[in-house]
Amino acid sequence: MREITFAEATREAMEEEMARDPRVFLMGEDIAKQGGIFGQFKGLPQRFGLERIRDTPISEPTLVGAALGAALVGARPVLDIHFADFLLLAMDELVNQMASLRYMSGGKLKAPVVIRAPDGAIRSAGAHHSKSLEGLFLHLPGFKVVAPATPRDAKGLLKSAIRAEDPVLYLEHKALYPRKGPVPEGEYLVPLGRAEVVREGRDVTLISYSLTLHKTLEAAEALARDGVEAEVVDLKTLYPLDWDTLLGSVERTGRAVVAHESWRFLGPGAEIAATLEERLWRKLKAPVARVGAAHVPIPFSPPLERRVIPQVEDILMAAKEVLAWA
Amino acid sequence: MELLDLYRIMYRIRRFEERVERLFLAGKIPGFVHLYIGQEAVAAGALAHFRPGDYLTSTHRGHGHALALGVDPRDLMAELFGRRTGVCRGKGGSMHLFDARRGMLGANGIVAGGLPIAVGAGLGLRILGHEGAVFCFFGDGALGRGVLHESLNLAALWQLPVLFVLENNRYASTTGFAESHAFQVPALVGAYGIPYLEADGSDVEEVHRAVGELLAHVRSGRGPAFVEAHTYRFKGHYVGDPERYRSRQEVEEARRRDPLGLARARLLALGLAQEELEALERKEEELLEEAVVFAEGSPWPDPEEALVGVFAEPVSDYPWEEP
Repeated sequence: MREITFAEATREAMEEEMARDPRVFLMGEDIAKQGGIFGQFKGLPQRFGLERIRDTPISEPTLVGAALGAALVGARPVLDIHFADFLLLAMDELVNQMASLRYMSGGKLKAPVVIRAPDGAIRSAGAHHSKSLEGLFLHLPGFKVVAPATPRDAKGLLKSAIRAEDPVLYLEHKALYPRKGPVPEGEYLVPLGRAEVVREGRDVTLISYSLTLHKTLEAAEALARDGVEAEVVDLKTLYPLDWDTLLGSVERTGRAVVAHESWRFLGPGAEIAATLEERLWRKLKAPVARVGAAHVPIPFSPPLERRVIPQVEDILMAAKEVLAWA
Repeated sequence: MELLDLYRIMYRIRRFEERVERLFLAGKIPGFVHLYIGQEAVAAGALAHFRPGDYLTSTHRGHGHALALGVDPRDLMAELFGRRTGVCRGKGGSMHLFDARRGMLGANGIVAGGLPIAVGAGLGLRILGHEGAVFCFFGDGALGRGVLHESLNLAALWQLPVLFVLENNRYASTTGFAESHAFQVPALVGAYGIPYLEADGSDVEEVHRAVGELLAHVRSGRGPAFVEAHTYRFKGHYVGDPERYRSRQEVEEARRRDPLGLARARLLALGLAQEELEALERKEEELLEEAVVFAEGSPWPDPEEALVGVFAEPVSDYPWEEP
């Protein structure tokens, strides 16, 4: 199979969806003339024109609100937010307006908007350009939240997100854009709401998504060298969560570690760990461990950033603690 | 649009709101209620120009806009009562009214919340190649929010078909206009190159005329326009507001320019028979009575309905707990 980058895979998804459905359009800061800060929109204006690929002013609240308004009259907007951190500028439009709309209208209106937001810490971007905000948005009802880890899923999940009838927050870790991987030619969809066991094992289940999935797979490799067979689950969609796959895996292994870049305190891992313990209490051989960012703004200096963001060794250490329970 | 039709809409809003106030005070309507009394000429005059394919965003004071748009008073009243037959099946309430079929994209509990949505609706119409204009209503309180400035900019930049309708009733909640704004509205709007007209918001014909003129611009594809209707709310910010921020004398003075009184006097001066006017009013009273009976007689939503409708398909966080 051919190998392309994560950014190229998402560009392909956009191109295919825009060609398929004339209602789909894309807007954001620096996306048309520049092709996106990670090259993920290169060539699209040449094919679809500047009406459907729009450069915008730096006005996040109005852009999010406008994406909602366009969706309400029947268009299918994809909004690119420069950095996920800037979503915080538009919390009213995101939460009070977009996320609540279908519910508040008694199901009579819908908001099929995709918001693409690069997140995650990369090369000392500092506190305003490094956040992983999925924990925040998972807490607020009304968003489907997607966080792909591979080029293959990036393409298939983005296409599914664009076809979804609900607001989708599509979070792309910045460090993933240049990462290459096998991507099938032509059309395929990866369904929202489904996780995948990406590595099988019997001793412990390691649960992750996005960039941290790759660190988790590295940890699983290291464990294998010690004779421990770790199963790895890629969540792919964080809301709704694929509980069947999660519970099935942890029931088999009896041990679990959840790892992510979002803050550990009240992060996605907290909900997953609590639910696994509620459901599988008697079948668990150890408490579920959580790995996430320390509860501080993301620092600038490389050693500080590295300390705050979960690393392979943090996941490895958590797995070893879980395995140490008799 | 004849003055008599405009009067009929204003009368419908006035009586509806007076009844809502009584029902709220009698404990029949939950939540908060913000009345439109005094501002009827703005909704009636502006929305007389509303056509199928147009859209509307409204404010937390949105009953009048809904009624002027033609939302069935029964569906509206049932929503205020929180009943299943309500226009949002009881999930919206007074401040959050939607009627997809009529293009009502929401009253809004957030001041200026509707502005970017209106701009986006205009953008969507453009992308889809549809005709149509978006009526965006907001109060003077919205002038303080950054999103208003962003919305004017984007609408002007992309020449979107949005009519901004500022209902300047002189109070943002309880704070007077002059205490909140350091700028002049015409200068603000002019800075974005958006055509601006002001109108006496108590004179329904004047509002109708001004909006008609601006809409010709909007519908011709030359971008947004902005009307400022100077109006006054006769009642408090919400039902129960002690109104410590203004004098009784000020309210009484404003009431002398009651938009309904002005329109009624003009109709009679034009030679309309008193009996004809009263017959029209009686018909409206009957419609209102029906709406109240309908709302009171409507069932409450099943409590389980609270758990569904966030997404297109049901999502269960704890699927094993399903019955």
